[in-house]
Amino acid sequence: MSQYVLRRFLIAIPSLLGISVVLFVVLALAPGDPFSELATNPNVPPEVQAALRAKFGLDDPIYLRYLHWLNAMLHGDWGFSFVSRMDVDQLILQRLPATLYVIGSAQILALLIAIPVGVYAATKPYSLFDQVANTLAFVGFSLPTFFTGILFILVFSITLDWLPFVYTTNIKGTGILWVLEMIRQAIMPVAVLGLFQAASMTRFVRSAMLDVIRLDYVTTARAKGLGQAKVIVKHVMRNAMIPVVTLIALQMPAVFGGAIVTEQIFRIPGIGSLLISSILSNDTPVVMAVTFVFACLVVLFNLIADVLYGWLDPRISLR
Amino acid sequence: MLDKKLRSMIGDVKDGRMDRRAFIQRMAAVGLTAPLAYQILALGGVAMAEGPSTYKPTKRGGGGALKLLWWQGPTLLNPHFATGTKDQDGSRLFYEPLACWDPDGNMKLVLAAEIPSIQNGGLAADGKSVTWKLKPGVKWHDGKPFTADDVVFNWEYAKDPATAAVSIAVYRDITVEKVDDLTVRILFPKPTPFWADAFVGAAAGQIIPKHLFNDYKGAKSREAPNNLLPIGTGPYKFLEFKPGDLVRGELNPDYHMPNRPYFDTLEMKGGGDAVSAARAVIQTGEYDFGYNIQVEDDVLLRLEKGGKGKAVYAVGGDTEFIVLNSTDPNTEVDGERSSMKTKHPLFSDPAVRKALSMLVDRESVKKAIYGRAGRTTANFLNGPEKFVSKNNTWEFSIEKASKILDDAGWKPGADGIREKDGKKLKLLYQTSINGPRQKTQAIVKQACQKAGIDVELKSVVASVFFSSDVGNPDTYPKFYADMEMFQIPMSQPDPAQHMRRYISSNVATKENKWQGPNFTRWANKDYDAIIEAAEGEMDPVKRAALYIKANDLLIQEVVFIPVQHRLKVEAVANNLQCVISGWANETDNLFDWYREA
Repeated sequence: MSQYVLRRFLIAIPSLLGISVVLFVVLALAPGDPFSELATNPNVPPEVQAALRAKFGLDDPIYLRYLHWLNAMLHGDWGFSFVSRMDVDQLILQRLPATLYVIGSAQILALLIAIPVGVYAATKPYSLFDQVANTLAFVGFSLPTFFTGILFILVFSITLDWLPFVYTTNIKGTGILWVLEMIRQAIMPVAVLGLFQAASMTRFVRSAMLDVIRLDYVTTARAKGLGQAKVIVKHVMRNAMIPVVTLIALQMPAVFGGAIVTEQIFRIPGIGSLLISSILSNDTPVVMAVTFVFACLVVLFNLIADVLYGWLDPRISLR
Repeated sequence: MLDKKLRSMIGDVKDGRMDRRAFIQRMAAVGLTAPLAYQILALGGVAMAEGPSTYKPTKRGGGGALKLLWWQGPTLLNPHFATGTKDQDGSRLFYEPLACWDPDGNMKLVLAAEIPSIQNGGLAADGKSVTWKLKPGVKWHDGKPFTADDVVFNWEYAKDPATAAVSIAVYRDITVEKVDDLTVRILFPKPTPFWADAFVGAAAGQIIPKHLFNDYKGAKSREAPNNLLPIGTGPYKFLEFKPGDLVRGELNPDYHMPNRPYFDTLEMKGGGDAVSAARAVIQTGEYDFGYNIQVEDDVLLRLEKGGKGKAVYAVGGDTEFIVLNSTDPNTEVDGERSSMKTKHPLFSDPAVRKALSMLVDRESVKKAIYGRAGRTTANFLNGPEKFVSKNNTWEFSIEKASKILDDAGWKPGADGIREKDGKKLKLLYQTSINGPRQKTQAIVKQACQKAGIDVELKSVVASVFFSSDVGNPDTYPKFYADMEMFQIPMSQPDPAQHMRRYISSNVATKENKWQGPNFTRWANKDYDAIIEAAEGEMDPVKRAALYIKANDLLIQEVVFIPVQHRLKVEAVANNLQCVISGWANETDNLFDWYREA
């Protein structure tokens, strides 16, 4: 087992290197200039822009810049933001709590809805409950989050005036008041993201359950005289969850990566909004760091998913 | 004639026969009122006065929280590194200049004790120096006194190329010397009619403390811990900063202006887009103030029906224009398109230029797009008032444009497109991606089509269009199109910087990596001579006349087709009394903001 994990880690190194090369080259070749805002400011002479480019090493050839970046990254230096003139890791750490809170809550909400609904629908396929759940799921994943987000704002903020639509990290009040306000402002973004995720996940859980529920060993379990609840939870669900775990594991990096559109609509200062504003202002070190961390997380969670398989189904051996 | 009248009026003010306000009103009557009116008086020998203050609160604090919404939040808080106005706005919450601009373009004192004038010895008669007296007793937020050393330090800091400050252009050619602890003198290399550039306004004037930045001058500038922790002299003390998201401050109990500031805490939230920012201020009232609300007027009018806030406008000098390429974008010479060695095949005929200027329906653009945020104009230079030409008019007429083209020999071909000598009137018209700009393009294209001109539209992402990326063909300085549209913001109430761009030695070429600011590629010896004369002219009236002449030349030769004189738009809560100047950043007059009960 530990050997397997070690081997997987070693395999991950070249793939991460490959990813970083691709990311770096694409970003370096992309159009735009981090100091473009200076160009339209008549106060700033072009020499300043040239000096800044030289200072941040933007005029060096790409391979040299990549080696610099790699070397710094190995020493734990994530780079220096052109736009904010501060260290990138600091910038990312500042944004992480909001993203973890909002996106994490949304994922939990999605799981809390998808698993019970999916399982129950699968035990009674084509019943009224199943039909309704299916219809709602289709509606849910057909509506993009930017649409539901704006709809929620129109209904709950503007018409009803119940919830704020600007997320703030600066909440007044302490103790229980702070907690309540924190929950209040997260309701809309969490609902928008959570319901969207829940919709597709419900469909997934349902079909995974249906695949297993018809197998012979389930009939055997029933024939033994086990109760319905026990059969579903201990025998069916455990096996049906394997593909679901993969899906969830692959979505975990998104929890750290943030949700670009939703964060923008609700002004949540998360990683997603950092990424989009950095892309728009051509702040390549930040874009590079965020996307690379994202790549690392995908690799890591894939590994975690593989390890989890072994636990869920002892027949899968890891060598 | 204006020259004489103005001179006699200045005389009247000097002798006390006319008061200042009457002078400004008379100037308005003859079309010469100006943000620079007071500077005219100063140079004419009368002290520049502060505009009247509208600030009413009689005690410091007690105003609760002020919530500002900047849909592009500040990303750094050192004014000398502020790449965009958002960063200047954020820094200006904590740092201060010697003086700033009020809504009428009058100078308002901040850290200076008096406005320099010839009377008080502040201004040299030859225009080669200005002496500022500093307010005594001003303290930095950490308790250290503010002195002339700080002012001199800012000059040394900014002018050092290794610091890579964006304010370098303001400071590198001047010399700043300390006279005593509370007096500094700025020496100019040549007569400088507009002396209020260094240390004035939010754009380049904010002063940082010497004792915290002294060790971080030059190459080490980026390591200064205070780049992110501003310790200034301003009305609010710094609490917290998250780049792009939030800036927080609290009342400064030792602030140097009486009864100010009004608010106890201050928050500047970033992110989102302009429309939802307008909504959060005007419709739901979650925030008190939203900056730079570039939203269609229809939308604003609808939001205003909610009744929690309103749109507020400030007049400055920003002009949205179409520029006609003087060179040929389709012929490559020595690896360079739009080369100065070529001439534009169609625009070299003045008739085509003239016709095009008649095909831009400025009234419709105002009505359909800019609404209250725009004014139609015939001029390139639209402010300060003193510099605005009265000699030009504009009209929109497809018939007249067609006639001009007919007379010049451009006859419609079989496909309805005019042609002459085998050259068809087909034009490529580019701009940045931005709702109002695409709509303007459509309006112009339609009119051109009716007049037999085929216009192809192109829009480029703003981050590419405005970049200086040498490798990208779609930037505005490369100008690989027949015409392009955008605006260049005017950041101070004076045209010198703005008009200097278009002299012939500034043309953007491959040789200077397209960094020359004259993207029009128009070169004219008369224009060069006018600008040179204006820059050395100390007589304010003659100087204004020269800039008016320069503007008229740009318009007569149809280098530019002015589309709209654009105003600043802000979203403001109904009970907030804010002071906004079209000549300054939104936060430049923040110390005078308060809430009406």
